[in-house]
Amino acid sequence: MVVVIDYGVGNVRSVTNALRHIGCDVKVSCERGDIEKADGIILPGVGACGYAMKVLGPLAEVIRDVAAGGKPLLGICLGFQLLFDESFEHGEHKGLGLIRGRVVRIPVGTTEAGGKLTIPHMGWNLVKLSEQMLLFSGLGREKYFPFANSYYAEVTDDEAIVAYTRYGIDMAASVQKGNIFGCQFHPEKGAADGLSILRNFERICKKTVN
Amino acid sequence: MLAKRVIPCLDVKDNRVVKGINFLNLRDAGDPVELGARYSDEGADELVFLDITATIRSNKTIVELVEKVAENVFIPFTVGGGITRADEIGLLLRSGADKCSINTAAVQNPQLLAESAERFGNQCVVLAIDAKRTEPDKKNWHVTIKAGSEPTDIDAIEWAVKAQTLGAGEILLTSMDADGTKAGYDIELTAAVADAVDIPVIASGGAGTLESLADVLEYGKADAVLAASIFHYEQYSIREVKEYLAERNIPVRL
Repeated sequence: MVVVIDYGVGNVRSVTNALRHIGCDVKVSCERGDIEKADGIILPGVGACGYAMKVLGPLAEVIRDVAAGGKPLLGICLGFQLLFDESFEHGEHKGLGLIRGRVVRIPVGTTEAGGKLTIPHMGWNLVKLSEQMLLFSGLGREKYFPFANSYYAEVTDDEAIVAYTRYGIDMAASVQKGNIFGCQFHPEKGAADGLSILRNFERICKKTVN
Repeated sequence: MLAKRVIPCLDVKDNRVVKGINFLNLRDAGDPVELGARYSDEGADELVFLDITATIRSNKTIVELVEKVAENVFIPFTVGGGITRADEIGLLLRSGADKCSINTAAVQNPQLLAESAERFGNQCVVLAIDAKRTEPDKKNWHVTIKAGSEPTDIDAIEWAVKAQTLGAGEILLTSMDADGTKAGYDIELTAAVADAVDIPVIASGGAGTLESLADVLEYGKADAVLAASIFHYEQYSIREVKEYLAERNIPVRL
C-alpha cells in the first residue's frame, strides 16, 4: 500500500485519482501508524515551503524516520522542494534535509527562442531522462512533463542523480538518492508518461517490501 | 524547451457542456465527464472547466461534477465560475482541480488574488479577464464582468499588470468580441497583455482556422491557446492542431 500524506496543502485528490487509475492500493493519511506501515509514501503539495513545513509539524520527523529506514519516498512539486535543506521562498525556511540543496527563485531570463521567460514556469517542458533513474524505466531519453513552479532546487548532493529540464537555465526536474525520489513536475498530471512514473514508483515500493 | 499549450475549454451549464456566440445563444456540446476524459487521452495539454452559471460556491452538484471530471483527467485541470473566496479554492483543489480561475470576484475584491496566492501559491491562481474593445478600431479594451453581462471602465491591460502584482500566476484572456465567432483571436489584445506582464497568458475567444491558433501564439505572444467549439464539434482534433503548430515551428508536445 502507498500512503499519500495529506497535510492540507494542495492537490491530494489529483495524486490519488492517478494512483487509483493505475490500480495502485492507496491510502490518504496523516497518521504516523499508516505512514510507518506503508510500502511507500508520497509527499504531494502545492504552495509555499514555509507554510507547508509549518502545517507538516511533527509529521516532518515521522517522514525523516521512515525515509532513514529505507522506505521509498516520492516528493512531488512542493513535496519535491521540501526534500532539500532549505528554501528561500518568502523568507528562509528549513526543509526536510534529506537531500543536500536549496530552493531558490527561477532567475529572470530569455527562452531558447529569445522570448520572455514567463514565471511561473508553467506547462509542459522537455526533461532529459537518465537511464539510472528508476522512476523513468521504459520511458526513453526525453519526455515532456507538466511544471507549475516559480522556485527550483539547486541540488548540491554528490550522491543524488538528477534529471534536468531547461528553462532559461538547467533546472532539476527529478532527483533520486537511494530510496528518496522527487519530481519537480507533476507525474499525476503528466498524461500516459506521468502515469508510467507512478507505476514505476509502485513497483519500487513492492520490490523494497519483498 | 517549454511547449506551447493547447487547451480545450468546457463551458458548463446544468451539468452539460454548452457553447455560445459572444457569450449568447448557447447550444449543447456534450457531457463534461466524457469530453474531459477524451481530451485528456487525445493529447490536450490542460483542461479548463468553467461553470458559466457561476454557482460553484453555492452548488454542491457542480463540485461533485468537478470531482467526476477530475477522476479521468490526467493533465492539469483548471476550474472556475463564481469563485468569491479563498476557501472555495481550497475546496476545489481538494476536489481534483489543480488551478482555479477567478474573474468577477477579483475585480470586486482584488485582495482575493493576494489571499489565494498566499495560501495556495500563485501557480494555482488564474485571473480570467473578459475584455471588450471600447471602439472597433481602437487598441483599447475594457474589462467586462458577470459572464460578459456587465461592462466596467477598467483598462484590461492595467488590470492584468495589477493582478500579476497581487499574486495571479497566469492570465486567461478572453476577447468578448471574438468569442464563439471562429473569426480568429484578438491578436492585438493578446500581444498587448503578454508584453505588459511576466506571467503566462492563455489566449481565448475566436479560435477558428488552424492558422488563427498559430497566429495568436506567434504574433500574439500567447503561451497557450484555449478553444471550445472547434474541438467539441470535431472540426479539428487536438492532434491535428498540434501537428499544424509543429509545421509552423511552434514547440508543442506531440
